[in-house]
Amino acid sequence: MKAAVWMGKKKMEVQTVADPSILNPRDCIVKVTATAICGSDVHLYNGLVPTLEKGDILGHEFMGEVVEVGSAVKTTRVGDRVVVPFTIACGACSHCVRTEWSCCDNTNPNAHVAEALIGYSPAGLFGFSHMSGGYAGGQAEYVRVPFADVGPIKIESDIPDEKVLFLSDVFPTGYMAAENCNIVPGRSVVAVWGCGPVGQFAIRSAFLLGAAKVIAIDSIPERRALAEKAGATAIPSGDDVMETLKAMTGGRGPDAAIDAVGMEAHGSTYDDVKQALKLETDRPFALRQAMRCVRKAGTLSVPGVYAGFLDNVPFGTVMNKGVTIRTGQTHVQRYLHPLLELVEKKKIDPACIITHRVPLSQAPEAYAMFADKTDGCIKVVLDPSR
Amino acid sequence: MRAVTIRRPAAELYAFWRDVENLQRVIKDPVSIIALSADESHWKVTAPTGSVEWDSLIINDEPGALIAWRSREGADVRNAGSVRFVAAPGDEGTEVTVALEYDPLGGALGKLVAKLTGDDPGLQVYIALKRLKALLESGEIPTTEGQPVGEPQASAKGKK
Ligand SMILES: NC(=O)c1ccc[n+]([C@@H]2O[C@H](COP(=O)([O-])OP(=O)(O)OC[C@H]3O[C@@H](n4cnc5c(N)ncnc54)[C@H](O)[C@@H]3O)[C@@H](O)[C@H]2O)c1
Ligand SMILES: [Zn+2]
Ligand SMILES: [Zn+2]
Repeated sequence: MKAAVWMGKKKMEVQTVADPSILNPRDCIVKVTATAICGSDVHLYNGLVPTLEKGDILGHEFMGEVVEVGSAVKTTRVGDRVVVPFTIACGACSHCVRTEWSCCDNTNPNAHVAEALIGYSPAGLFGFSHMSGGYAGGQAEYVRVPFADVGPIKIESDIPDEKVLFLSDVFPTGYMAAENCNIVPGRSVVAVWGCGPVGQFAIRSAFLLGAAKVIAIDSIPERRALAEKAGATAIPSGDDVMETLKAMTGGRGPDAAIDAVGMEAHGSTYDDVKQALKLETDRPFALRQAMRCVRKAGTLSVPGVYAGFLDNVPFGTVMNKGVTIRTGQTHVQRYLHPLLELVEKKKIDPACIITHRVPLSQAPEAYAMFADKTDGCIKVVLDPSR
Repeated sequence: MRAVTIRRPAAELYAFWRDVENLQRVIKDPVSIIALSADESHWKVTAPTGSVEWDSLIINDEPGALIAWRSREGADVRNAGSVRFVAAPGDEGTEVTVALEYDPLGGALGKLVAKLTGDDPGLQVYIALKRLKALLESGEIPTTEGQPVGEPQASAKGKK
């Protein structure tokens, strides 16, 4: 089959690789009908995530048709049309039982590697690094999906792929980021750093949860425009964000701040240089700003991905203001049904963020475009049949 | 000492472990375990460069709570160990704690054992415990062995 393969920093290739097969009794095989490129893929693409290896198949946002099931699969059937969460979860460990799906104990075969680096191991993830399990990803014609009865959600209606594909990651991620803000309907002001796909869904979810006002921050005009379409007030990123936010909130500051930027923030030459020299794993410019800008006793919600050790993090402001921090890889399985319902009731149209539809065979060009944010690109959907 | 918490009752975990041949499923390295009697078993761990063998004897047995063992005279590697099963707080399950001691050896055999156990024999025990937990909680042990992979990894795997 064809698959998008990482071949080193800023280098993707479409290669012909073996088809996947059932490896464990609870697996299924999905024929991918749509898959997307995520901001997390950009961190991988740029070689910033440790334990990724040349030859790894990327892709963790995908959906398709079940074509084969393992001997212990009970409810998922061949022919089902499914969206697959990027977090692989067993459904039986203490974390899964508490719906902390992205913290599943049992799906990372390399758990000891993750533990050596970060203390404990989160769940296995599709198309990520080896410390996250090294599972082959879904930017491919076929993909093996463990725990077929736990993760995948069956789509019963004939709603188009593009409207449900993002249930695999960015819609739940934006939603959980907003839910983590403890929004008081009619009162809370939420500031969102980053108007990429995650930020766009965070903005829309904050409104769905009743936010009085959402302020969106990004340097890219077309992304700010899309944020304004959802009802947000958008401002450019930069050093004067604090002042602008205070002016817009009567000096109180936003009740909640969402960092939907992650480890590759723009705006700090200090971080650019340190990351390039490998003296710092992440560029936490937006995170620092969000920490400073959030209101006293406010909430900082961090869906943005960080990999390692961050410099000059102003923890004093977090402590002295009594800020609550909430973060994590998304517990995708928790949100599948409620968010599908929102889509089916037309409360939100997730396809509104798509700017490019590209054959899988052009994945290398699509990666470059999405990573460099050229051609007005906000979200790319890849078609594995082409 | 290595520990995991498994969301299953102590009695079930004890029973799985007490039937020592079951451990072949959770120990990652190729191992053959043959029960010789209720309390004795023969162990053989194999590597491309050779193998080590010993007879193991259960010396302490508290149903649902503890199993302790030691190797018999003549073992290639003298070893002793124990596993304890203690209820965790609330609904967390059972805390499973393993202690293992073995005699460091010199010579060729010592080198072989070091190869088998890596730098950290505790890690092998821990990996086995994690696999035990996955098997008994979720019904299977996570793996990516045999999945498709691109070049240059595909060729490197083929050559092995
Ligand atoms: N927690 C999770 O489970 C999860 C899931 C998906 C994605 N993510 C992460 O979320 C983040 C965003 O993902 P995305 O797909 O939207 O990526 P993206 O790269 O498209 O979006 C990031 C946006 O941040 C903007 N930005 C950069 N520097 C900024 C600054 N200083 N201030 C304000 N905005 C700035 C960029 O212009 C861009 O529009 C990434 O770190 C990604 O890894 C996390
Ligand atoms: Zn993602
Ligand atoms: Zn689990």
